[in-house]
Amino acid sequence: MSVWCGLAHAQQVPDTLEQRLAACAACHGKNGEGLKANEYYPRIAGKPAGYLFNQLVNFREHRRQSPAMNYIVAFLSDDYLRDIARHYAMQAPAFPPPQQQPSSEVRARGEALMKRGDAPRKIPACTACHGERLTGMAPAIPGLLGLEVNYIAAQMGAWRNGLRRAQAPDCMANIASRLEPGDIEALAAWLAIQPVKLPDPLPAGSLKLPMECGGT
Amino acid sequence: MHVGRLAAIATLAVLIALAVGWFLLFPSGREPAQRPLASADVKLGEYLVRAGNCYSCHTAHGGQAYAGGRAIVTPYGTLYSSNITPDKQTGLGAWTSADFWHALHEGKSKDGSLLYPAFPYWAYTKVSREDADAMYAYLKSIAPVSQQNRPHEMRFPYDQRPLLAGWRALYFREGEFKADPRETSEWNRGAYLVEGLGHCAACHAQRGAWGSVRQKDIGGGLIPMLNWYAPSLGSKRAPDEIAEFLKHGVSSGRAAFGPMSEVIRDSLQHLALADLRAMAVYLRSRGDGDDEAASGSRLTGAQQEQLMTLGARVYRDRCADCHQPGGEGVPRIYPRLAGNEAILMGNPVNAIRIVLNGGFPPSTRGNPKPYGMPPFAHVLSDGEIAAVVTYVRGAWGNRGAPVSSVQVAGARGVPLD
Repeated sequence: MSVWCGLAHAQQVPDTLEQRLAACAACHGKNGEGLKANEYYPRIAGKPAGYLFNQLVNFREHRRQSPAMNYIVAFLSDDYLRDIARHYAMQAPAFPPPQQQPSSEVRARGEALMKRGDAPRKIPACTACHGERLTGMAPAIPGLLGLEVNYIAAQMGAWRNGLRRAQAPDCMANIASRLEPGDIEALAAWLAIQPVKLPDPLPAGSLKLPMECGGT
Repeated sequence: MHVGRLAAIATLAVLIALAVGWFLLFPSGREPAQRPLASADVKLGEYLVRAGNCYSCHTAHGGQAYAGGRAIVTPYGTLYSSNITPDKQTGLGAWTSADFWHALHEGKSKDGSLLYPAFPYWAYTKVSREDADAMYAYLKSIAPVSQQNRPHEMRFPYDQRPLLAGWRALYFREGEFKADPRETSEWNRGAYLVEGLGHCAACHAQRGAWGSVRQKDIGGGLIPMLNWYAPSLGSKRAPDEIAEFLKHGVSSGRAAFGPMSEVIRDSLQHLALADLRAMAVYLRSRGDGDDEAASGSRLTGAQQEQLMTLGARVYRDRCADCHQPGGEGVPRIYPRLAGNEAILMGNPVNAIRIVLNGGFPPSTRGNPKPYGMPPFAHVLSDGEIAAVVTYVRGAWGNRGAPVSSVQVAGARGVPLD
């Protein structure tokens, strides 16, 4: 290894994660800010390292389906994936400005679900787990802000139809199965117009979760 | 549909005839003596199980090690690998070392039923009884996992197992490895590993009719269903460089990609350098690695010149930072492109897919945090990718044939795994 490092320096390839992860930056941006081109590549910067690590493992083990992601991480070790997750968890690129305003009705429906949930339908408030300011909580609950409307809606849909899975108990799949399409639309629209700064995820254990979760 | 059905019935008839003939000629029932387990070395067995890469096929994505259930998609249907943990009900718990030997050596299950040759018994038949016993001892020592085997989903007539006797009559020769006294012991060790446990021909030989494999013919082939091209294993390269590549996934001039990354991660990186070098010495004696001649270009001189000009521009903008302006790469970080057989083969599918999808070489003990290659599927057009692949296949003295945007379009959306 020492001989190798010597060679690397001779050729001046930076011995950094940023250099190693050019493959990730191609879609998720240099600092994990995400990219909106023909397809949408979500922001991964600043999400809790535990959440990002779980997703990388889920892609490697085919619990989440995305041929591009399944292949990119296919042959990488847990240790490396943990480093990658930590790297992006520490990035803090600026957020894009909020998107187009939905109608006040949609906004109200989204806000109600977000902050109060719907007890008769056993839907907890989003804020119960993701925090009042939707920053998420360490180690593995992601913040929800700074994502594109269609991406949020697509993830909810993927949970509903089993395309996106997590370790059991798969709490988000359970919640998504109780949502109607109108709920998802309202939630995604409300989330996408929230102004965002750069809040850190809450410290681990600061929220008492309303249900059991195997890792989102 | 009608024609397909007739063909299937004809195939069935031929295979039944062959099967009957085979049983008349070679009735089964020979039973090698059972050896005492205590003599077998569990540690050696673990090493040999790695050398045979039992792990990759017998472990499902996200599943428990060796508990089976991984789908193996073939042109004839889907097979699901079996549970080879020592669980009494669902695994090999009730198997004797003789049962295990029969599976490896003869391709037969404990109950005598014939195994599909996706299980490479046509290669494992070369494994010595001592080595088989050690592998058995290791597999008996691991934690049992209770997981029922999933039934195969093969199409008619391939779901008729007795017909495999016909396949065996045509394509399977049982027999332990015989050392060639004219060669060195290193060469013989390499041959034993490559042709036996390594079952390299499973990918690196062009498959014949009904998925048959000719062991001696490791001149490269398109891997069925995966559509990666496994290159010729003959090589001009120095054995030490080949061994380094097999051990770490990267070497002074190259980096692993596609299915080979899995083989290195799960099997080869765990082998001793001396064994990898022996494999390399054997491979070097098997020809110079020239694949099928690069197919003649159907482009006019002017079209080709246009492609090369566009390709040079894309290369400068997107590739040269890492692979270097002269295609020399950076040893053990970014593979060399000048003179790299991996991108010069007659079938350009690998180079196209690498540009489309990017990827990482495997994490190995010697290279735990590999440098990655970005995907370009979303930023370059089919034409630009055809141009840049044409360029790297034609620049710096490389002599690969040009690539068309139709070939690039065909490689988009091919399943990666």
